[in-house]
Amino acid sequence: MKAIVTVLGHDRVGIISEISKELAALKVNIEDISQTLMQNYFVMIMMTDVSESPQTIAQINARLKAVGEKIGLDVRVQHEDIFNCMHRI
Amino acid sequence: MLNTSEIFETVSMIDSQNLDVRTITMALSLFDCIDTSAKKTADKVYEKIVRRAGRLVEVGENIAAEYGVPIVNKRVSVTPVSLIGAASGGYIEIAKAMDRAASATGIDFIGGYTALVQKAMTDGEKAFLDTIPEAIAGTDKVCCSVNVASTKSGINLDAIGIMGKKITELARLSNSFGCGKVVVFANAVEDNPFMAGAFNGCGEGDAVINVGVSGPGVVKCALEKVKDADITAVAETVKKTAFKITRVGQLVAREAAKRLQAGFGIVDLSLAPTPKIGDSVAHILEEMGLESVGAAGTTACLALLNDAVKKGGIMASDSVGGLSGAFIPVSEDIGMINAVRKKALSIEKLEAMTAVCSVGLDMIAVPGDTSAEVISAIIADECAIGVVNNKTTAVRIIPAIGKKVGDEIDFGGLLGTAPVMSVSAYSPAKFINRGGHIPAPLHSNKN
Repeated sequence: MKAIVTVLGHDRVGIISEISKELAALKVNIEDISQTLMQNYFVMIMMTDVSESPQTIAQINARLKAVGEKIGLDVRVQHEDIFNCMHRI
Repeated sequence: MLNTSEIFETVSMIDSQNLDVRTITMALSLFDCIDTSAKKTADKVYEKIVRRAGRLVEVGENIAAEYGVPIVNKRVSVTPVSLIGAASGGYIEIAKAMDRAASATGIDFIGGYTALVQKAMTDGEKAFLDTIPEAIAGTDKVCCSVNVASTKSGINLDAIGIMGKKITELARLSNSFGCGKVVVFANAVEDNPFMAGAFNGCGEGDAVINVGVSGPGVVKCALEKVKDADITAVAETVKKTAFKITRVGQLVAREAAKRLQAGFGIVDLSLAPTPKIGDSVAHILEEMGLESVGAAGTTACLALLNDAVKKGGIMASDSVGGLSGAFIPVSEDIGMINAVRKKALSIEKLEAMTAVCSVGLDMIAVPGDTSAEVISAIIADECAIGVVNNKTTAVRIIPAIGKKVGDEIDFGGLLGTAPVMSVSAYSPAKFINRGGHIPAPLHSNKN
């Protein structure tokens, strides 16, 4: 099962490190990372595989959200189908 | 592979443009609960709702967390209670059982305190209509709908006369608030997931998931990007946006049906507003170029919106139904509320708008001393629009007890605030008191 991690906010040192540390602890594999500036937002997107994780996407989301709050970033984890359904026929 | 801008677009829709799934509604058949004993019927009704919908709220919350899209309401609709209670006459007992089951399962509303009397009424249905004020004032979550007209059957003026009286009676019994849970229809649909008009029609299955999407804020934001384009581009933009919104509804509906071991019914494409800023259908119309909703041109803009939403949505889902269009409830839409406050919008203009949009005169507050005959006549006018144009129309009207034109009535939550609107001072009493039946209209030679 694939999930997409989105990180929004201001760029700073150590974002990838903080997020990926938590993902590793949750046994979530990062398959791809991209980052860019959009409408003055720093946007980082990670494509991940959550099949090996003992946690549900909702639980992973809650954990990552907490990490984001600690470092002042908006982080969310969503099942990839919400994006696929909207942008792919 | 998805690209960054697509992902950012979806996240922004949810985050800042109020994209949500407005409701997951589980439609349940209660035909297997019929008994000649009122108590036994009510017990069976309670047991079936709790058994089938017991996990609805939990499943809704799990799906919302997993996909990261809010699911605002979880609801249940049931077979019209006028049919289920006909053998026992225990309509009020059933309403109370529905209310208890709604509390036990944690759902927001339960619909189906319903009668379908578009052509004629049985003695049981007459008795049922009589119970409406007591049943709705005496419960918290039970919603009521009555279909009094259809294109095939014409308009049942007797039933409309009764409903005018019952709505005024309910307003007195419930200090107006109960009237937000009662809707009178022409051409009611059997698979509507939205309240107050949801019921599980007789041609539907045993347990079916119907989903209502939303997203007026998303459509408005999309239109902000085509400010200088012509109206053709506006229609195209609405269509594309409606497609994306509906795809989310389709995904949620399929997933909910699977997890609840229920059938997948329909996705309702309605753009349903809330009183929140950035969640208004009126603001979409204003974005098209109107100084205020209610201005000349409003009906044309609404017709475009309603049609484009359907065209975009129909391709996005394998099963579209319900009401599917733009809702224009006054109290639930901040743009509509403000338009009434500044006298840009009247009941008469709203009536014209209902000829081209998905429902009707919805959440309209009128002075508390408005007569039952005037309320009946407003219902009759809406029915005529629906019956002649072969579409659903409805009236959800609130006599605001102790209030006059210009006062406001605050319902709280999603039901919002309604400024009290003026109605014609001339009496339709003689017309309504004639009773009888307005024949079905001709379906050819249409002009």
